[in-house]
Amino acid sequence: MNLAPETRSSASASGSRDSWLRRNRQTLAPWLFLAPGVIFFLFYVIFPIVQSFNLSFYRWDGLGDPQFVGMENYRELMDDRAFEVSLWNNLKWLLLYLLAIPAGLFIALFLNQTVTGIRLYKSLFFFPFVISQVVVGLVFSWFYDPTFGLLNQVLGWVGLGPLNVLGDPTLVTYGIIAAGLWPQTAYCMILYLTGLNAVDPEQVEAARLDGAKGAKMLWYVIIPQLRPATFVAFVVTIIGALRSFDLISIMTNGGPFGSSRVLSFYMFEKALSEYGFRMGYGAAIAVVLFLIMLCFIAYFLWSMYQDDKGGR
Amino acid sequence: MFPKPIQNSSRGWQATYQALVPTALVLWLLPLIAVAIFSIKPDVDFTTGNYWGMPSSFEGASNYGKVFFGSDMPRYLLNSVLITVPTVIGAVALSCMTGFALGVYKFRGNLLLFFMFVAGNFVPFQILMVPVRDLTLDMGLYNTKTGLVLFHIAFQTGFCTLFMRNFIRALPFELIEAARVEGVAEWRIFWFVVLPLMKPAIAALSVLIFTFIWNDYFWAVVLTQGAESQPVTAGITSFNAQYRAAYHLMSAGSIVAALPPVAMFFLMQRHFIAGLTLGAVK
Repeated sequence: MNLAPETRSSASASGSRDSWLRRNRQTLAPWLFLAPGVIFFLFYVIFPIVQSFNLSFYRWDGLGDPQFVGMENYRELMDDRAFEVSLWNNLKWLLLYLLAIPAGLFIALFLNQTVTGIRLYKSLFFFPFVISQVVVGLVFSWFYDPTFGLLNQVLGWVGLGPLNVLGDPTLVTYGIIAAGLWPQTAYCMILYLTGLNAVDPEQVEAARLDGAKGAKMLWYVIIPQLRPATFVAFVVTIIGALRSFDLISIMTNGGPFGSSRVLSFYMFEKALSEYGFRMGYGAAIAVVLFLIMLCFIAYFLWSMYQDDKGGR
Repeated sequence: MFPKPIQNSSRGWQATYQALVPTALVLWLLPLIAVAIFSIKPDVDFTTGNYWGMPSSFEGASNYGKVFFGSDMPRYLLNSVLITVPTVIGAVALSCMTGFALGVYKFRGNLLLFFMFVAGNFVPFQILMVPVRDLTLDMGLYNTKTGLVLFHIAFQTGFCTLFMRNFIRALPFELIEAARVEGVAEWRIFWFVVLPLMKPAIAALSVLIFTFIWNDYFWAVVLTQGAESQPVTAGITSFNAQYRAAYHLMSAGSIVAALPPVAMFFLMQRHFIAGLTLGAVK
């Protein structure tokens, strides 16, 4: 990369009668290559973010003229009980979803052996991640069903239940998170399985000779080497937790009594459902969610920047 | 290797492990196994309360037949294909170019543009929802596959650029320098030198994006309605409304909807995992 200017000077020295275009092609080329992607991205992603910020200061039903109301939408959010519930549920999602990371590590360690057929087992364990959350949601709502669900059958065998997980305001969010953990754990498992492949066997051997084993070995030798995998797992899990929408929409539609709403779902409900097309109010909710996400995005970009400085 | 190779442990433990793995797998996939069994059961099993027992008769053929010939499912499937395939091609093509530009050239704003793509890729969908829906309505593309495809291409370009740029940076830069010394034009370097080297990345991204788009539900709901343009994820929910208590048909429908990405994963497993674990292994 740092050799590029030299190459350019040598190229232009070889032919002094090169056209301007030819001489500047290395300055122009990146912009030509970037143009379609950047234009598309600005048009569909970056501008809409700005527009949403702007819209959050308006009252708008999506049809007539938007009416400027200043901070009104945000003020209303402060006393909105449903917003508060959504925020709390988002926090539950954030914390509990992170369980996918240790769970994924556990399964990865369990499967990190070389026995016949293990490759097939690994891919079958990964299955839940490949199928759509819509299907996962349907499957889990049958699993939880109070009349015939498998969960209550099992609870019945040990003399517990019956439990109506999705109909109980205190349990419902945990029930949905559990469904979400299923595919997410599979994802973290794959990350760790790949990470374990790259663990330096010599270090493991050396530590073994020093008498390290089991939990000690895991904590002091293996987990530090799995840092890159842990980082990616952390990023995708946080983003996944804050983006959770499909499962809630499929399994409960926010109910019972709105107790399983999260910000992403509540925003959709406010802006695009029969409860009223309150675009401005929805945009305000989206802005709050965006700002929460932005903390994590900033952290992620910062560590990528640190990484990049080391590169070429 | 960690944990200790199982071959080095006692016979008894080896046998336990051999038995433990399949048991764990069955428990792990229990919800899916249940759906698979549901999908071959006859209707009467559900009315008589035989949910978890053996199917009283094998009705797989008729259940799946009904899904394929007696419902809107084939249409939804076709829509999904017509949405997913152009998106994959578009997003991969655009990001090959952006990734090349960001990975190979040194210019002011390079990192800034790169971070724009990365950050944009992580934003919550809801911040885009109202403006994108409006934009699509204004362009007359609401409730069309084209509308969905255009948005998906734009949004996926973020992730794909991140992936492509990092991949290209890991390529030997000497190749590009050598070509430049020879006086090869930049677009020819892109086409004849870099693109052939990008094949594994292109394969990885294609399967990954295929799965992401096939499984997308949010944008399908926001930008389309009705069977003429909705993909299978949105279709299955209207299917659900229609056949709420017909668990055998719902199960068959869900399996049909889930199958293409699963098949994709099994065919292209190596590439798929390479794409997912981007950056997780150094």
